[in-house]
Amino acid sequence: MHELFFQYNSTEILTNISFRLQAGDYLGIVGPNGSGKSTMIKLILGLLPPSKGTIELFGGIMTDFIDWHKVGYLSQRINSFNPHFPATAREIVGLGLLSSKSYPRRITKSDEKAINNALGLMDILDIKNKLIGELSGGQQQRVLIARALVNEPELLILDEPTTALDPEAREKFFGTLRDLNEKKNVTLIIITHDIGTIGKYASRLLYLDKQVVFYGGFDDFCASSEMASYFGEYSQHVICHRHDRE
Amino acid sequence: MDIISLLSHGFIQRALMAGSFIAILCATLGTFLVLRRFSLIGDGLAHVTFGGVAVGLFLGVYPMYVAIPIVMISSLGILKLVEKARLFGDAAIGIVSSLGIACGILLASAAGGFNIDLFSYLFGNILAISTAEVISSILLSLVLIFVIWFYYHELLSITFDEESARASGIKTKTINGILVLLTSLTVVLAMRVVGIMLISSLLILPPVTALQIARGFKMTIIIASVSGVVSVILGIFLSLVLDLPTGATIVILNFLFFMGSFISGKFLAK
Repeated sequence: MHELFFQYNSTEILTNISFRLQAGDYLGIVGPNGSGKSTMIKLILGLLPPSKGTIELFGGIMTDFIDWHKVGYLSQRINSFNPHFPATAREIVGLGLLSSKSYPRRITKSDEKAINNALGLMDILDIKNKLIGELSGGQQQRVLIARALVNEPELLILDEPTTALDPEAREKFFGTLRDLNEKKNVTLIIITHDIGTIGKYASRLLYLDKQVVFYGGFDDFCASSEMASYFGEYSQHVICHRHDRE
Repeated sequence: MDIISLLSHGFIQRALMAGSFIAILCATLGTFLVLRRFSLIGDGLAHVTFGGVAVGLFLGVYPMYVAIPIVMISSLGILKLVEKARLFGDAAIGIVSSLGIACGILLASAAGGFNIDLFSYLFGNILAISTAEVISSILLSLVLIFVIWFYYHELLSITFDEESARASGIKTKTINGILVLLTSLTVVLAMRVVGIMLISSLLILPPVTALQIARGFKMTIIIASVSGVVSVILGIFLSLVLDLPTGATIVILNFLFFMGSFISGKFLAK
C-alpha cells in the first residue's frame, strides 16, 4: 500500500497510508473506533476505490487482481445477514470455495472434504446441517470464519473475528491462526481492539488513527516513546504488562 | 361446471399454462428478493408498468411493447440509486415507483381520463391471456431456470452476504443487474395474471410461505414454486366455479398457504 488516501463526502478517512507486508507476515491492525481500520481492509479488497495512492496484492496492482481464491475474508458485520436465512452451515462454508471455481461455479460432493476440514478446524462439524439461523452468535461466527478458511487462502483478512467467541474458543482460534501462519505460511491481517492479545501472536502491529501512528513489532510498540506519548505511559505499560502476563 | 369440461377450453389451458410458469418465475425470483429485503421491488416495478402501459395507450402502441423497456430501465435505475445516491432499497423503490404512477396518471389524464384498458391492466385478467403471452412466459421461465442454474451459488452468496461475495471476486453488479432485469420482465408478464395492484403478492407470498418450513436454500425455492403454482391453478378453478375475480382469488389462496405454513412451522419447531 503506497501513499493511500481515502475521502468520504469530502471527509478525510485515511491519509497517506504506506506499508508493505511479506508472505508469512502476521499483522495486527489496531486503533480507536472510527480510525479507518475497516475502511483500509475494504480498500485492500477492492470494495472501495481509493481517492489517491496504489495498492498491490501478490505483487500486482489490486484493480487487475483476479486470484481471489488466494484471499480469505471475514467482514466485521456478523449481524449483517438475515438470521432466518434458509441455508445450512455446510452451504455457507461451501460459498467460500466459489472463488476457486470456473464457470458455472458449482459446489459439488467433491468439495465436501474441504468443507468438513474447515468446519473441523473451527470445531463445528457436528452442526454442519443446521440452518445458520438456528445457531448461537458464537457458532455463526465460527461458520463465517470457516467460510474464510475453506479455500486454504494464502492471505487471510479478518475484521474483528473474535467478537462473538467465548474466551476458550478465542484462544483456540488464535492458536489455529498461529498454526496456519507458522506451518502453512499464511499471511494474516487481523483487525482488533485488543492490542494485548494480538501482540501475543502478531509479528507486526499497525496502529491506525486515520494515518499510520505506529508500524512495527510488539516489542518496538512497547518501547516506542511515540506510542507512550500517544497512549500515555501508564496505558502503554498496562497493554504491554498484560502481554507479558499472557 | 366440471373440471374436465373447463379444461377443454383454450382460454383455460392458456391461463393454466402461463399462470403456472409465471408463478414459478415469481416464486424463484421472489426468494432472492425477499431474502435481500428487496421484496417491494415487484410492487415498485408494477407501478412503473402502470406508467409504461399508460404511455403505450397514449401513443396507441401495444402497451407491453412500451412497458417492457421502461420497466427494465427503471429496474436498473433502482440499482443505480441504491449504489450512487447511497439510498436503502426501499427508498429507491419508492422514488421510482411513485414516479411511474405519476407519469401514468398524467398521461391518462392527458388522454381524457382512465379508460377500461388501463383498468384491465390494474386488476389483470388471466383468462384473457394470449398465446403469445403463454409462449413469452414459457421462454422467460426457461431463461430464468438457466440463469438460476448458471449463477446459483453466486446468487446464494450475494443473497447471504454481498460484501463477502464481492470480496471473493464475484461480479455482484452484473448479477444484481441480471436479477432485476429478469424481475422486470416477470413483473410485466405477471401483470396479466393478477394485475399491477397484486403482482407483489406473487413475488412475496410463495417465498415467505416456503421460508416457514424449508430447511435449505434449494428446498425454499422448490416449496415456493410449488406453492405459487398450486395457488394459481386452484385460484383459476375456484374463481370460475365460485364466480370470483381470478387475480384476487389467487392472492387469497397464497395468503392461506402462508398461514398454513406459518402454523405448521411453529408446530414443527416445538
